[in-house]
Amino acid sequence: MFPAFQQIFTTENLAYLGKGALLSLLIAAISLIIGTLLGILGASGKRSHHIVPKVIANLYVEIIRGTPLLLQILIIFSVIPSMYTAITGNVLRINVYLIGVIALSINSGAYQTELIRSGINGVDKGQWEACETLGMSEKQTMRRVILPQAFKRIVPPVISEFITLIKDSSLISTIGAVELLKGAQVLGTEYYDVMSPYILAAIYYLIMTVSISYVGRYVEKRLAVSD
Amino acid sequence: MIKVEHVSKKFKHTQALKDVSLEVKQGEIVSLIGPSGSGKSTLLRCIHGLEVPESGKIYLEGELMDRHDPVKYRAQRNKMGFVFQHFNLFPNMTVLQNCTLAPIQVLNQSESEAEATAMRYLNRVGLAEKRDEYPNKLSGGQKQRVAIARALCMSPEIMLFDEPTSALDPEMIKEVLDVMGDLAKEGMTMIVVTHEMGFAHKVGNRVVFLDQGVIMEDAPSEQFFTDPQSERAKDFLSKVLYE
Repeated sequence: MFPAFQQIFTTENLAYLGKGALLSLLIAAISLIIGTLLGILGASGKRSHHIVPKVIANLYVEIIRGTPLLLQILIIFSVIPSMYTAITGNVLRINVYLIGVIALSINSGAYQTELIRSGINGVDKGQWEACETLGMSEKQTMRRVILPQAFKRIVPPVISEFITLIKDSSLISTIGAVELLKGAQVLGTEYYDVMSPYILAAIYYLIMTVSISYVGRYVEKRLAVSD
Repeated sequence: MIKVEHVSKKFKHTQALKDVSLEVKQGEIVSLIGPSGSGKSTLLRCIHGLEVPESGKIYLEGELMDRHDPVKYRAQRNKMGFVFQHFNLFPNMTVLQNCTLAPIQVLNQSESEAEATAMRYLNRVGLAEKRDEYPNKLSGGQKQRVAIARALCMSPEIMLFDEPTSALDPEMIKEVLDVMGDLAKEGMTMIVVTHEMGFAHKVGNRVVFLDQGVIMEDAPSEQFFTDPQSERAKDFLSKVLYE
């Protein structure tokens, strides 16, 4: 089943996969942060009293959550270069990693919009009323009372979102980004044994996801202290 | 001091208040009593503006409370303190921070000024030594006393209480009622939605009895408890008082 395991199991190859893993981690981390910013915008849009930001935010979330991530990656992969050509007349030398980050960020932003929105909505309505009776403005209430409480509810699912992103970043191997999964495939072709590098890749993914979920549980416990 | 004129309020399927009018004078302790669903909490919430009535007007010190004049409306609302059944303390802040947040944010008090005021009121409700505790470390009665101190820190002229003891364990009711009694003695104008007939009788000087969104009886406490006029009030009292 693993014909070339011995040959593949070299420091050089392990380091090669490690580089891929780091790249996956980096892409996921950047996408998570941009996704959080988009999520904050999205949640503000959804909570807005005005119709335009509300409609935009709702469309954003529905479209992104209602279509496959792989399709989104492929669309962005082909749309951005052709838009660039249409606007500037030049051909774009495309950076697939950048495309990957853009696609994953937009995708994650939609999910984080919902995480942030439900974190805010999850704070007891009585907190709003208490602030109202104390004369505080909506902005003061949000900043001083609601967000600090919502934050505790939002952080644990955002950490799970990070794990999802690490796994989903494997999808950008389809547009030619050499991250962890693609790295494993490269080794597979080299040694005529796909199984061994796949198993190694799985172990690398697990090391990343399991340690993050461990950190997540720790953070969750720490945040729960004053509840 | 407060005048409620022909206020009606409808929720989805129920008419919570039907053309209610009421006047409360300075220094009065008015108890709003009645069966659940009678509209007493809704009336209190309408007075503060937590609920918007469909029709009717509310006057504070002779001046109309008008949402369309936000600056004035806000200043008027700030003259009223509100105490909730479920306390609604801020769980992410200490007792002291609960009390100083609004004075600092709304009244632009300095931190030391706000803390001095807060400590004065925490002393009065007997919880000065809990200043650095978080609400989850307090008993229900203590939480409600902090909530009262928090409201008092905004120097209200009227205090509105929405079933302040209904969520408490029985042995904690009295400590909260005592604080309210002290407040009454100092001349605070109070409107109290309550099921505590003893409090309504002894501390309150007027009872407003509501049923199905209508004021059925409005009488001095003594008279209401000894000689109720309406059949509905007689029936209610016969069911709640144990003699």
